[in-house]
Amino acid sequence: MSRPGPGGSAVSVLELRGVSKTYGQGPAAVRALAGVDLSVRAGEMVAVMGPSGSGKSTLLTIAGSLEDPTSGDVLVCGMALAGMPRKRKARLRRRVIGYVFQDFNLLPGLTAAENAALPLELDGVPVPKARAAGLAALESLGVADRASWFPDQLSGGERQRAAIARAVVGDRRLLLADEPSGALDSVNAGEVMRLLHEACQRGMAAVVVTHDAQLAAWADRIVLLRDGRMTGHTTRPPGPESLLMPEETR
Amino acid sequence: MSVPHVLLALLAEGPKYGLQLREEFEAGTGEVWPLNVGQVYKTLGRLERDGLAESDDAGQEGPQKRFRITVDGRQALADWLRTPPDLTSPPRDELVMKVLVAARVPGTDAHEVIQEHRLYLLELMQQWTRLKEGEARDDLSLALVVDAEIFRLDAVIRWLDAADVRLARAAAAPPRPAAAPVPQLRRLGARR
Repeated sequence: MSRPGPGGSAVSVLELRGVSKTYGQGPAAVRALAGVDLSVRAGEMVAVMGPSGSGKSTLLTIAGSLEDPTSGDVLVCGMALAGMPRKRKARLRRRVIGYVFQDFNLLPGLTAAENAALPLELDGVPVPKARAAGLAALESLGVADRASWFPDQLSGGERQRAAIARAVVGDRRLLLADEPSGALDSVNAGEVMRLLHEACQRGMAAVVVTHDAQLAAWADRIVLLRDGRMTGHTTRPPGPESLLMPEETR
Repeated sequence: MSVPHVLLALLAEGPKYGLQLREEFEAGTGEVWPLNVGQVYKTLGRLERDGLAESDDAGQEGPQKRFRITVDGRQALADWLRTPPDLTSPPRDELVMKVLVAARVPGTDAHEVIQEHRLYLLELMQQWTRLKEGEARDDLSLALVVDAEIFRLDAVIRWLDAADVRLARAAAAPPRPAAAPVPQLRRLGARR
């Protein structure tokens, strides 16, 4: 089966078309992204890999509408971000996009359940309804029993699960993650990627930025970035059964 | 990989038949390493000859024969487990050679060569990760084998990244007298 390249797809949750970003002007100008095309479908996890300074994080902040590109178009669920009023953009961020950060970014004064429910409460969802959704998200990540715990009472792995719960709570469509495994050990880091991939299998689209090949390998597609340009991407690899012993050797 | 020692490890759990050993060998190594029946009986024959295993009934042949480990076999197994594998000299890695050659062949873009190998290795890693996500979740042996492969591939990708940076720096730096990489490799004691 062929799959669409990074350039285009009819049912994209996220679409970047010729996106460039330059900071500063004149001789001091720094080009962070140059003509990036990327399309991510519902149910698909894309990892963006590249060395430091390759533009990975800029790509993520532009995809998440936290920053505007210098040129090019960004579409989230078919809606162009260019020219979108600030309030509508903010609502899109609260309702459609979930963020997972390297250092979890949980609010220390709120419990795990309150943290998970926060985006919905900020969006005006009644508190009981928001809390129920937060709890359901924690449950899907296997940390419902930590719902009333505060972040400093949780282990690193539990904190990141709570952070993922906050990113997937409600009816989010797009998950954006920047080095989501933080300083976790490799087994726990893999667990975080497994959870993000499961969220995609339930229908979300995800872009995960990482410099770690082991984490990127959880994605359905890996895109390589260098000096702000996309320099290559994986195509769909054959299934894992190809790694197991061939029948004729049995 | 040492098939005799893995068979000894299986026999250390109790007496077993040849076919049973083959099945348990494959299951115990995450079904990633194939082993045919002929290989099993040939290895058992050698173990018996060396006094590391013995069969219940010397008169019977083939699948009817049950094997068990001897005292010497247990000692050989314990010694093997603690003997470090030979990792002292770098193997003459084909990928390393390709990158070394790419850096020297006129008209070849070593960065592109590296990129092609990087993408291939990433796709391979994706496949192993799918195994980890699926079948290896409830199979400890397979999970360990899969982790080992993923870490190995990861190390190769990291080396490619480092090679990429070194080559880019070398290209940007003023030219220096050419080194002689092949004799240097010999001095490192590369295996042939």
